[in-house]
This record gives sequence, C-alpha cells and structure tokens, in this order.
Amino acid sequence: MHSIRALRARASKGTMMATPAARIEHLKIALPEGADRALAVDDVSFDLVPGEILCIVGESGSGKSMSANAMMGLLPDLVRPVGGRILVGDKDILTLSDKERRDMRGRAMAMIFQEPMSALNPLMKVADQIAEVYEAHGLLTPRERKDRAVQLLTEVGIPEPEKAARAYPFQLSGGQRQRVMIAMALALEPKILIADEPTTALDVTTQAQILDLIRHLQRERDMAVMFITHDFGVVAEIADRVAVMQFGKIVEEGSVDDVLDHPQHDYTRKLIAAIPRLSADRRAAIEKAPILAVEGLNKTYHTGGSMFAKGRVVHAVNDVSFVLADGETLGIVGESGSGKSSVGRCLVRLLDPDSGVVKLGGVDMAYMKGEELRRERKRIQMIFQDPYASLNPRSRVGRILSEGPMAHGKPKDEAYQRASELLELVGLDASAIDRYPHEFSGGQRQRIGIARALALEPEVIIADEAVSALDVSIQAQVLDLLADLKARLNLALVFITHDLRVAAQVCDRIAVMQKGRIVELGPAYDIFNDPRDAYTRSLIEAIPGREKELAAMTG
Amino acid sequence: MMGDFWKRFSRNRGAVIGLFILLLVVVVAAIAPLLFPDSPWRMVQRPFLPPFEMSEYPLGTDTIGRNVISGLAYGAQVSLLVGLVSTVVSLLIGIPIGALAGYFGGFVDDALMRFTELFQTVPNFALAIVLVAIFEPSIYSIIAAIAIVSWPPVARLVRGEFLSLRQREYVEAATLSGQSHAAIIWRQILPNTLSPIIVLASLMVATAILLESSLSFLGLGDPNLMSWGYMIGAARTVIRQAWWLSFFPGVAILLTVLALNLIGEGLNDALNPRLARKGK
Amino acid sequence: MVRFIISRLIKAAILLLAILTLNFLLIHAAPGDPAAVMAGEAGAADEEFIRQLRERFGLDKPLITQLGIYLGGVLQGDLGFSYRQQVPVADLIFDRLPATLLLTMTAFVIALTLGTLAGVLASARVGKWSDTFISTAALLFYATPLFWVALMAVLVFSVHLNWLPAFGFETVGSGYTGFDRALDVARHLVLPAVTLGLFFMAVYMRMTRASMLEVSQLDFVKTARAKGLKNSIIQRRHIFRNAMLPVVTLAGLQAGQLVGGAVLTETVFAWPGIGRLMFEALQQRDYNLLLGVFFVSAAMVLLFNLITDILYRVVDPRIRVA
Repeated sequence: MHSIRALRARASKGTMMATPAARIEHLKIALPEGADRALAVDDVSFDLVPGEILCIVGESGSGKSMSANAMMGLLPDLVRPVGGRILVGDKDILTLSDKERRDMRGRAMAMIFQEPMSALNPLMKVADQIAEVYEAHGLLTPRERKDRAVQLLTEVGIPEPEKAARAYPFQLSGGQRQRVMIAMALALEPKILIADEPTTALDVTTQAQILDLIRHLQRERDMAVMFITHDFGVVAEIADRVAVMQFGKIVEEGSVDDVLDHPQHDYTRKLIAAIPRLSADRRAAIEKAPILAVEGLNKTYHTGGSMFAKGRVVHAVNDVSFVLADGETLGIVGESGSGKSSVGRCLVRLLDPDSGVVKLGGVDMAYMKGEELRRERKRIQMIFQDPYASLNPRSRVGRILSEGPMAHGKPKDEAYQRASELLELVGLDASAIDRYPHEFSGGQRQRIGIARALALEPEVIIADEAVSALDVSIQAQVLDLLADLKARLNLALVFITHDLRVAAQVCDRIAVMQKGRIVELGPAYDIFNDPRDAYTRSLIEAIPGREKELAAMTG
Repeated sequence: MMGDFWKRFSRNRGAVIGLFILLLVVVVAAIAPLLFPDSPWRMVQRPFLPPFEMSEYPLGTDTIGRNVISGLAYGAQVSLLVGLVSTVVSLLIGIPIGALAGYFGGFVDDALMRFTELFQTVPNFALAIVLVAIFEPSIYSIIAAIAIVSWPPVARLVRGEFLSLRQREYVEAATLSGQSHAAIIWRQILPNTLSPIIVLASLMVATAILLESSLSFLGLGDPNLMSWGYMIGAARTVIRQAWWLSFFPGVAILLTVLALNLIGEGLNDALNPRLARKGK
Repeated sequence: MVRFIISRLIKAAILLLAILTLNFLLIHAAPGDPAAVMAGEAGAADEEFIRQLRERFGLDKPLITQLGIYLGGVLQGDLGFSYRQQVPVADLIFDRLPATLLLTMTAFVIALTLGTLAGVLASARVGKWSDTFISTAALLFYATPLFWVALMAVLVFSVHLNWLPAFGFETVGSGYTGFDRALDVARHLVLPAVTLGLFFMAVYMRMTRASMLEVSQLDFVKTARAKGLKNSIIQRRHIFRNAMLPVVTLAGLQAGQLVGGAVLTETVFAWPGIGRLMFEALQQRDYNLLLGVFFVSAAMVLLFNLITDILYRVVDPRIRVA
C-alpha cells in the first residue's frame, strides 16, 4: 500500500513539470455588502495539473466552493470576482465573453455537485440530460447523442445502462444519480474536472464506490481534478495534493502526505487533531445492571397505499433487541434507511412500535399512553441532529430549558435557576438565558440542546446524529463535552450515527444495523478490529482514509 | 427585532407607498362624518352635476343629486370594515381547522381537509352571492358570506405550516419534555406560523374589499350603507351620460386594494427574508 | 392512469353530492318557510301553490327524507322549477351554458397564454424596465374590480372609440350566418373575454414570474449551465417546464373564480350566459334558479379541476410513473 502511494506521489511530482491545465492566480472574490467578511476568496493561487487530484479542504464558509464556481463562471449573482486571473490554456476565464465562457463549460472543464438529488432536472429523462451536453456544443446527431449517453452510463458503472438512460432521476438512487452526473461531466472529455463535495450526501459505502470511480476515470483520462471537501478522510483517500482554506485564504498547500503527516499551519493541525481516530479502545465491559432493555422491537411503515393501489411495506425496525447498562454508551450505526433512527424514535416514543418491549428501569414504555406516557417519558430524553431546527426560534433560551421541568410541575423560579446551572454545565455563560437561539453558533446551539435533554434529569439519553451537522472542530468539542457529562453524571447513552469514526471514539459497544435488523452487536474494539458480519466489514472498509491511518499505525 | 422589520419593510418602495395610501383611506373613513355631516344618501344638488364644476361638490352628483365625494368617504368606512372584520372571522375559522388538521394528521386531517376542499371547490363568488341573497343583504350577512368563502386558503396554509413544523426537532423535543398538545400547538408551533398568516391576511383584506364591492355592485349590499360597489352598480346604466359616477368609486377601490397588496408584499419581504438571505 | 381517473371521478362525485347537500341545507337555513323560499316571490302570496309545493317536496316529512327526494330529483336531471319564469331550471341553464363556456374558456386561454408569456418575459429581465412595466401592470390588474374595468372598457372602446360592440352576444336582427355570424360573435366576445381575463392574466403572470425565479435558483439549472447550454434553452427546457407545475395547479384552483367573475362580466355586457342568469334570478328573487345556477357552476369547476389534475399528471413524471 505504502509503496503504491509513494509511487503515485512521485508520478505526480513528475507531471508537475508539465503545463498545468489551469492556473489560478491571486483570485479575489467579493461577497455582497453586509456579509460577515468582504472577500469570500482572498488572494488564492493554485495550479491544476493533468493527472493530479487537488483537494481543497476547509470548514463551511471557508470559500472553497466559491473558487470552484468561479472556475466554471457559475458564481451567484451577488458575488463577483474582483481580482486575479483564472487561466485555462492561454485564456483568462474572468475576462472572456459570455459566449466564449459558455463554449468552455463542459468542453474544457466540467463540474459535479454535492446534491445528486437536486442536480438533475426532475422532468427530463437521464439520456436526454446527458445528450444535452453534445447538443450545447453542436456535436453529433440526436441518435448518436443517445448512443453516447448509454456508453457513458456503462462507463460509470450504472447497472442496466439502457434502462437507466430511459429513467427519470427520481427512479435512481443517490449513488446512481451521482454516477449520471459524472457521466455528464465526462461527455466531452474535458481536461479539468471540478467536484464540489460530490460524496458528502452519500452513504459511506456508496461514497467509497464514487471515490474509486472518480480516481479511476481521472487516471484513465489524465484529467486535472479539483476536489472540494470538508472531510480529511476523503482527502487521505483521493488526494495527490492538498490546499487547506480558512476564511477565504489558502493557509497551507502541499502533497497529501506532507499535509496529513506533517501539517505546518496551526489551523491544519487543529483540523487534523479534531478528526476522531479510527481506533476503538479496548474497554472493560460495564458490569452494571441494565437500565434499558429492548426486546423484539418491530416497526413497519406502509407507504403509497390507497383505495386502488397496494402500498409497499417497509420493515424499518425488524426484531431488534439489546440492553443498555447504567453508565454505558451504546452506538447504533448504519447507513441511511438502516432503521437506526427509527429505533431511537421508538425508544422515546416519537414513533409507536408495532410490537416488542422497551423496558426502562423495569417499566415497559412501548405501549404507554396519554398522561402516564407524558410523566414517564422524562426519564428518557433525546439530543437532536440539526442545531438550527432543534430550538424554537421564537423562545428565549431560558424558556427552552425550563419548559420541560415546568410541565412536570417545577415552579418557575426553580426551573430558571436550574436552567442557568445547566448552561454553565454545558460550557455556556449563564447570561445566555435571556437570548434567542439565533444569537448562537451551531456548536453553542447544540450545547443548549444537550442542556435541554439534561434538564429533566433523565436516566437514558438518545443522541440522534447529534454531531453530524457540525464542522469537524466543533464536533470534537461537543463530543468532549458529552464524554465529560457522561462521566460526571453517570449517564447511559444511546448514540445513533452514520459516522463510524465518531462511533469508534465514543461508544463502549456498537450495534450495526442494516435494513432494520441488527447484524452485529459487540464491544467497539471487536467491531473495528474483528468484524464478523460481512456487512460490518464492508462498512468499515469503506471508511475514507482508513488505509492511510492503518498504514500510519502499523508503519 | 422591530427595527429590523421596519428596515426591511421600508426597503420595498411600493410597500411604503401602499402604507401611505392605506393610511389616507383610513383617515378619510374615520373623519367622514366630520367632513360630510350630511347623510351621503341626501339629495344636495341637481342630478348629474359633472365633476370639477362646483367646488362644494368636486366630484359631482349622482342620478338623484347625491354628493359623490361624500359617498366615497362613507364608502371607505364600509370597505375597510367589511375587509377587516371578514378577514378576522376567516382567520378564526381557518386557523383552528388548519392547526388541528396539520397537528393531528391522520383521520382528523382527512376529515377536515375534505371539508375544506368542499368550500374551496365551490366557486366562491357564486357561493357568496347565494348566501347573501338567501339570508337577505345586510352588513352581517355580507361579512359572514365573505368569511365563509375566504377561510379555506387560511386553513390550507396553516395546515401546511403545522405539517412541516410538527416534524421540527424543537417540537419533538417539546413532546418529549412532557408538554401538552395544547401547549405545543399554542406556544411552540403557532408563533412560528404567524409571519405567513400575517402576509396572507393583508392580501385577504384586499380580496374581501373586492368581494364586497362586487356584491354591492350586483345589488347585494347593505341597503342602509353607502358603498363603492353600490355607487358603481347604480350608475351602470347611465355610463354613457355620467362616466364620473362609475369612474371615481372604481378608482377608490383600485387604490385601496392596490395599497393592501403592496403592503402584503412589503410584509412578505420583511417577515420572510428567505430571498434576502439567498445572496449569502 | 385509468385507475387515477376513476378515483378522481369518485372524488368529484362525492364533492358534487356534498355541494347538493349544501344547496339543500341553504334552502332550509334561509329565514322563512322553505316552500316560500322555493317559490320565490312568484308564489309567496298564493296559499294553494305553497301547499302543492309542500306536498311535492315532502316538506312536512323529516329533513333526511326531503334530502332524498331532492337528490333523487337532481339525479334525474331535475334541478327544480323556476316558478317565476314557469320553466324548469335545467332548461334555462342549459340554454345559457354554451355562451358562458365560450366566454370563460376564451378568457382563460387569453389569461393563461398572455399571463405566462408576460411572466416569462419579466423573469428573464428581472429588475430591468420591462420587468418593472409588466409587474406594475400585473399589480394594477390584480387590484382592479372586474366589473369596473368592464364598464371602463365599454366607455372607451364602445362609447368613445366605437370600435367594438358593448352589449350582447351578437347583433340582433342582423341575419348573419356562417362565417359572418362567427365574426360577429367574436367581435362581441372581445371586450367581455379580455376584461374577464385581465385579473387572471395578472395572477398567472405573477405566479409564473415568481416560479421561474425560484426554479432558476435550483441546482439542476446550475448543472445545465455547467454543460455550456445556451440561456434560451435553459430558460425553455429546464426552468419553464418546472416552473409551470405550480401554475397548472393554480390554474385549476382559479377555475372557480373564473366562473364567479363571469357573473359580473356577463351582467355588465348583457352576455346571455348563466352568470347573467344568476343576476336575473337575484333581481327576481328566484331562489330555485339561483341555486340551480350555483350547482351547475360548481359542477363546471369540478370538471375543470379534474382536467387540470390529469394535465398535471401528464406533465410531471414523478406522479405519472410512480
């Protein structure tokens, strides 16, 4: 493994001598007035070299996507370049006429986007959308265009390309749609491919396939690829060279090995340190009594049924059983649609299970109703995913934290007193109590969400993708906070996540779910080091950056 | 918050003009009895006095010698009253129906939405005509009829908002923290639906004024109240001889409705700054 | 598709039944004796006549039986009897229906084509003077009372300019036949159809403009631009088609207003349709006729909604194929 990487690095150094496919020189892009800073991109320079993948990494708002859009001449209306050059061949994209620029799009450079769901026209068949690329540049006959579309779909590895060509986008999966986007980008064999977070919206196994595909095509066609991502795992997986962006500037650039192994800039170091390591500790089994016992839990959804049509039945939760010990963290991991969130929602009874037992401290919560449920539910609370949707925008923080205790009969004064204690407990200033959620950052909001879950002094907390929406450095802080609270308050935690790195870091035991079933359940160390189920293995192998990390650990 | 609101509202030039026009209409309606102590029904001059001839009757007189400008001032009262009250009544019908349907979903939603659909399918002006005709024209029957035909969009809007807000995590958190349905509907969801409701309401007042004038035009106005629609209806057959009798009340309706629509757009900009945020 | 149409037909039938029930309840909710209401002013004074009515509609029987009698009658095409005009209501209505269909359909076509066209133009030149002009015009039309603009049109185009006839369906006693007659009717149709269409034109314009602008922000439009497609093609193929989906839905929902607006237009222009009939019924306090017209116009709207539902399904593959 190591030697291949070294070879590749050498190969790419060789091509550095070759003419770059594109040169970005001192690019400056201005944001509209009233934005949080004047320049989205501030004096950025880099080269795109044939046969090389340049990863531009940064957290949200770093300006990484703006540079990509500027290259394509696709900046939003209010945002404009105010300095520098983007040279493709001998042409400066920024000074070209609209018509010249249009001619270069698709032909000289092509782009794939983050959201495969919305990047395709919902009303057009796939083949027609690919054929349009040729039409835009006046190439081929309509018949030939369709044939090429099918060929391209075959090349990007879509099963049954003939059928996919006739399909509408909504009939394809997310991964297939991203393949269609790639096929479209390849149509005119451009020398430059720009990929803007192309795998962020995909599941981890699909992500691994798409990354493979991009790398394979890039090598085969000797393309220069500009790959934008926030995920260092993906960087390790695919990059030849890396540029790290912060506040619109490139703070560090170098070969992938240099940047990942010997980061020079503080910000890069901080980002890399924040990535959860892919090594679960061997932890002592927790010998305490189970606080939560789930047996034979089932939940099915019936969709699309009507008077005339038979609906589809989806077994979202299929015979799920596990126990959670006092003070333990149990991870539930799985890809989208695996049923992991449904399990969590059944536990807190945001969903009603069809059958099964959910015993919380000996009391079955599964079929409780009305007032009894309202009273008992305070013993099991939830931390939600989206820090922007999980706090009522019209309530002050104090009210958000005290509503629950007050609904359970606590006097207002006491509830507010407790609220300010909770704020300090989660690392916020007690003065936050009088402010509205929109005055806080995503990480701070998530802390408020944690405080709210603690307000009712629950015995069990369900954390549903609680750090998935956060940038990696914020994510690390929130995970630290959770670990700290857990130790201090002796909480039992069910940690639902799609991110195996996060699970490895925080969980004592892990349950892997697929299609509604738990396929494997065991100590975190065993799951990562000795997975027994084939699906678990494929999940772990798909984790981006794993090879590099293993190499670093062993070598 | 309020300062922001006003800043965003006043950035829309049309909305400020609309607000100005509406204020003018409100003032005229309020001081109509002071400006024109005589009843607008009273004959004050010869019939068919053209406008701009006698300064005392700047907009002329109608077919039986009534003062047109006085009619306009009193008509403003009726238009504003009917517009406002019928909108409030529509909201009182539509919001609870929409809220219950959206919050509880399932069977409740089905039943309430079928009911709403019935009222939405029926041609609403025709239904208003039938209602006013059968219950005899009066300010009450007119307001009731307009409210009955106007509430379905409110219910649909509120239902839609509730359906989506109900799934929001903060609402789920409120459920988990043991708050009652009533508390969740009233404190968690409803305050977050107010912006679109306010915008819709401002547009509904405009529509209600148009409906009222249309009913009055057909002779279904309150026989004791002077209204703009009635003035035009009464002058319809003499349009060849006396254009001003139809022209000025029509301009009054047009301006008032226009003003409300402009205000609605301004409110939309100020309360739902979604498009403003897109620049980022 | 067939299954879909059948289910929509059933739904429409249920709604129709609900509207009939509403109709029936209205008669009974009206102040005074239902028989007197039915008779209108024609029979109000005649005791014997009222007694006959009571018997015929079972007005002494329980409400539910009466509803049965009423619904049974409607199913056999009996919409009641206009005691004012001494003609079955159904005959009066079906006599007038073609004129209304001609008027509303013409107005609808004018409104939809010109409205969407103007909306597309405005959205393509957003912020420029042509957009300002179109948007301002739409704002004005949107706020203009239908009956007033009709009167003003008569004043300008008939009285002053004498370009177009102000009243009626065709020139009475002209003896035109064939193409000449069609031309004559068309000349009479211009003012009513255009004034009826104005408001809806404004509605469709605003909707189309807003929808075009919204769709143009979506990701797939960026994809289309990244392909190097010309702006005109992106506008037509990608933005316009997607933007029309909500407009089609709206057009369906607006059908009811179109029929309601016809009452005003037909009244002003003496257009011999069911709208004018409704106005006559009002003046003569002929409630049977009034409710009959109401029912038929509701049925027209249902039919129209059915058509737009089917249309929507044809346009949107997500619904068609799924």
